[in-house]
Amino acid sequence: MFWKRREKNQQLVQIEILPKRKNKIIALAGNPNTGKSTIFNRLTGLKQHTGNWPGKTVKKAEGIFEIKDVEYTLIDLPGTYSLLSTSEDEEIARDFILFGNPDATVIVCDASVLERNLNLAFQIMQITNRCILCVNLIDEAERKGVEIDKETLEGELRIPVVLTNARSGEGIDELKEKIFLVSNRFLKLSPKKIQHKKEIQEKLNQLVPLIERAFPGLYASEWIALRLLEGDKKIRKAIELGNLLELINKGLNNGNGELK
Amino acid sequence: MKEEIKKILEIADSCNPEVRSKIDDQLVEEIYYNASKIVARSVRKKSEVIHHFELRLDQLLTSKYFGFPLMLLLLAGVFFITIKGANYPSQLLASGFFWFEDKLKFLFEILNAPYWLSGFLVDGVYRAIAWVVSVMFPPMAIFFPIFTILEDAGYLPRVAFNLDKLFKWAGAHGKQALTMGMGFGCNAAGVVSTRIIDSPRERLIAIITNNFVPCNGRWPLIIMLATIFVAASFPASVSSFVAAGTVVGVTLFGILITLLVSKFLSNTLLKGEPSAFKLELPPYRKPQVLRILYTSFIDRTLFVLGRAIAMAAPAGGLIWLLGNIYIDDRTLMSYGVEFLNPVGKAIGLDGAILLAYIIAIPANEIIIPTIIMIYSSQSKMIELEIAQLKELFIQNEWTVLTAICLMLFSLLHYPCSTTTWTIYKETKSVKWTIISNLLPLAIAFLICFVVYRIGMILM
Repeated sequence: MFWKRREKNQQLVQIEILPKRKNKIIALAGNPNTGKSTIFNRLTGLKQHTGNWPGKTVKKAEGIFEIKDVEYTLIDLPGTYSLLSTSEDEEIARDFILFGNPDATVIVCDASVLERNLNLAFQIMQITNRCILCVNLIDEAERKGVEIDKETLEGELRIPVVLTNARSGEGIDELKEKIFLVSNRFLKLSPKKIQHKKEIQEKLNQLVPLIERAFPGLYASEWIALRLLEGDKKIRKAIELGNLLELINKGLNNGNGELK
Repeated sequence: MKEEIKKILEIADSCNPEVRSKIDDQLVEEIYYNASKIVARSVRKKSEVIHHFELRLDQLLTSKYFGFPLMLLLLAGVFFITIKGANYPSQLLASGFFWFEDKLKFLFEILNAPYWLSGFLVDGVYRAIAWVVSVMFPPMAIFFPIFTILEDAGYLPRVAFNLDKLFKWAGAHGKQALTMGMGFGCNAAGVVSTRIIDSPRERLIAIITNNFVPCNGRWPLIIMLATIFVAASFPASVSSFVAAGTVVGVTLFGILITLLVSKFLSNTLLKGEPSAFKLELPPYRKPQVLRILYTSFIDRTLFVLGRAIAMAAPAGGLIWLLGNIYIDDRTLMSYGVEFLNPVGKAIGLDGAILLAYIIAIPANEIIIPTIIMIYSSQSKMIELEIAQLKELFIQNEWTVLTAICLMLFSLLHYPCSTTTWTIYKETKSVKWTIISNLLPLAIAFLICFVVYRIGMILM
């Protein structure tokens, strides 16, 4: 039966990275039904079908958009609540954030339920420094009497925050500006990180340098170490087989190469 | 290198199991603690604006008593508008196409083209395309945008919510209601969308049963037969309602079969308990009407129509050849029809219909055009109007019972070749791909046989 077989060769799958990665890669992540696809359409001018139900995007979609006459590649990832659990669609998002090495990750949130959406935001901020919080659907939030203090939020998370209403296009120019700044490393960010418990942190401190030496170029090493500690079978297999490195190298060879 | 990996694994294994099992929980706990602190500082609720309207609407749409009737009413409304609206444009298109067919014929005559060339191209290829466009295009152009508006407004998750209990009863995943909903558009898309179901067991059930809801390719057939056969025996004032009701009935029957087969599978081949899941009911959003018109027209209508035309053109040519190649004074087609006739008759259909199903394996959408082509090539009818279609069918001994059996056969039979290929790609299993074809086929034969027998007794 097919799921049994799948368990047998449970390993990470290389995500297809663009054949010629000369463009900067921008990932679009977020909880289901926060309007990611609408933002995608706004930025790229593409008309990907959007639907008002969770789970609409099951594959990742790609598009090109321009900022200041330079092309960027935008990847619309399937909506996911967390990077910890893994159903097949959520795996695509997780693997891309871990191994796709995007130059910037835009985390799309629903303004009305920001608190719940921050779970994913924090997890992504654990992995990559180059992220932008896009608080979408602010029109809906306003109607519900929810007001978001952008500056305070920025100060707390220590990443750029943009308030958008993707349907009307409000905030999209500012989002582009922030994407430009972050992906070109004009803004050096150090997002708020979650502290682990002491015993876990000790293990991580031991593991991270080892992993980084065994797999040079891995930028999500702490997250990988954490998953390994937790007992993630796929990550373990990839480390055992040593193809964790291959995954990264493939991304590297195709890319502009600047890691870390 | 190897050393390092060994050491990494050693350290990982030395982790206290108690600590290990709590890693994720602690992380998420810590995240939520931080998130709530941050939100308390940066988000203000100006006033307690409670959305009475949305809340009421949700209570109504997902209510125990009104949820289902409202769902049916909405569905019937969509079909009613489609049937009413598609009628006239279909006739207009058909007469336009056949006016042009005469001109084409004339052109071939002037050019002194051989009989077989104009026969193959005009009577075969052109006519098949003409039928596909005039039978399929108007209903699709109306049905898709309306369906997409419902999707965009946020109604689909409410349907899933309503159906959740039923799927749980069947031992399947509640999200199967959503993948089933996608299947109404296209079964191949429905099969792909089952990726939102985590459990492989429940996902397989969703894949196998996705075939039992009619897709784009099959709606026009069901709508047309409901209109010209079932509804025609009622007074004109109510006939559109009867037609819409019939289509709803067929749809419900499909859902019923979906549930029964799911139940059957989860008790036999795919044993197991349904897993719990969380479904977020998204807020209602005003549909972006212009974008919907654009995407549903380009992505769905033209895409499906284009595919249908691509399939219909060679099929049309093939039918003409079958109808014009003679062995011992009889056409190949008549051999085929005669050969399949006993099987067809046993389940309330006939040999021509089964032959059409074989020719149209690549695409469900060309069934009706193929049947028309087979009949008309046998009876040498020259001009056809939509209004005369019923005449053609009746000449070939169709009754209301034939129409019902054909609607059921179309609903149940087997997934089209695109869907079959998608099933293989998603399951990576030849066995399950074969099962998802043979099981529906067996069910289709069984149900059509039973319905036909019962119908014969009643009539």
